[in-house]
Amino acid sequence: MEIRVNPTRMELNRLKKRLQMALRGHKLLKDKRDELIRQFLLRVRKNKELREQIEKELTEAFAKFLLARAVMSAETLEEALMYPTARLALKVEKQNIMSVYAPRFTWEQEKTTRGEDSSIYPYGFVGTSAELDTSIDTLSGIMPKLLELAELEKSVQLLADEIEKTRRRVNALEYVLIPKMHETVRYITMKLDESERGALTRLMKVKDIVRAKV
Amino acid sequence: MSTFKIAVIGDKDSILGFKTLGVTTFSVTNADSALSVLKKVVKEDYAILFITEELAQHLEEPIEEIKKRFLPVVVPIPNNKGTLGIGMAKVKESVEKAIGADILFRKEG
Repeated sequence: MEIRVNPTRMELNRLKKRLQMALRGHKLLKDKRDELIRQFLLRVRKNKELREQIEKELTEAFAKFLLARAVMSAETLEEALMYPTARLALKVEKQNIMSVYAPRFTWEQEKTTRGEDSSIYPYGFVGTSAELDTSIDTLSGIMPKLLELAELEKSVQLLADEIEKTRRRVNALEYVLIPKMHETVRYITMKLDESERGALTRLMKVKDIVRAKV
Repeated sequence: MSTFKIAVIGDKDSILGFKTLGVTTFSVTNADSALSVLKKVVKEDYAILFITEELAQHLEEPIEEIKKRFLPVVVPIPNNKGTLGIGMAKVKESVEKAIGADILFRKEG
């Protein structure tokens, strides 16, 4: 179906301008979509790998932790972990991926205890099992990766959202708006041509009548 | 620039270890209390929220809601019983949403 307009020359001009604009917008949006998808694929591949790796490592760390729990009594374990020595301070920056804003994390571990050579273990080694040490060691090794994963996953989610939106727009332009306008332009030109032909025949007819009278 | 905090939500056995790293842990046993913690965390200045898959599977809707925001980031992690594959499923979901077809995971079936 074409757009309902008056088939006038002015309307035709206006429509042609709009059509040109729509075509340009369509091209731009298509480029945007392609680049977004490229960025998305780059990230999502990394995301998948990282997640696989982390899930494996975390499960290992948990297994070690479970061992520690089994060896130690629940009270001693809790007591040992009651006051952490470190506090994770996270800084958030915005990164711009094709005007999609995703968070980027930088972080530092602040020590809550001063002096003493800083260790990640918040407890003395007396009374705790070695399994606890190793499990905490693994966990703190995983932490930077976890932060990276968080960053990646968020950007993947946001990009997926944006790609969906852009694709919808591209399709709306390509399959609805632009064909509609093409059709309307054709409709108007045909109407105009028709009325021109009508005027021409009328003129010829009048000429014939006038000539017959003379 | 202001600093943000990291939260971990999960069952006690899984999250206790995280405490030593300086992140805030919320030990939670059922989905209802996890939801109230989630709501609380969203309001405060937490930037990342790790949640065990076991709990995440009950909180699908609120997590989807948070997905659209800039912060916080909700990341499902396996708990001590192993992974349920939810985190991976979410990645797959994103791919399908963006590309329209699954092109990353297809090979493994």
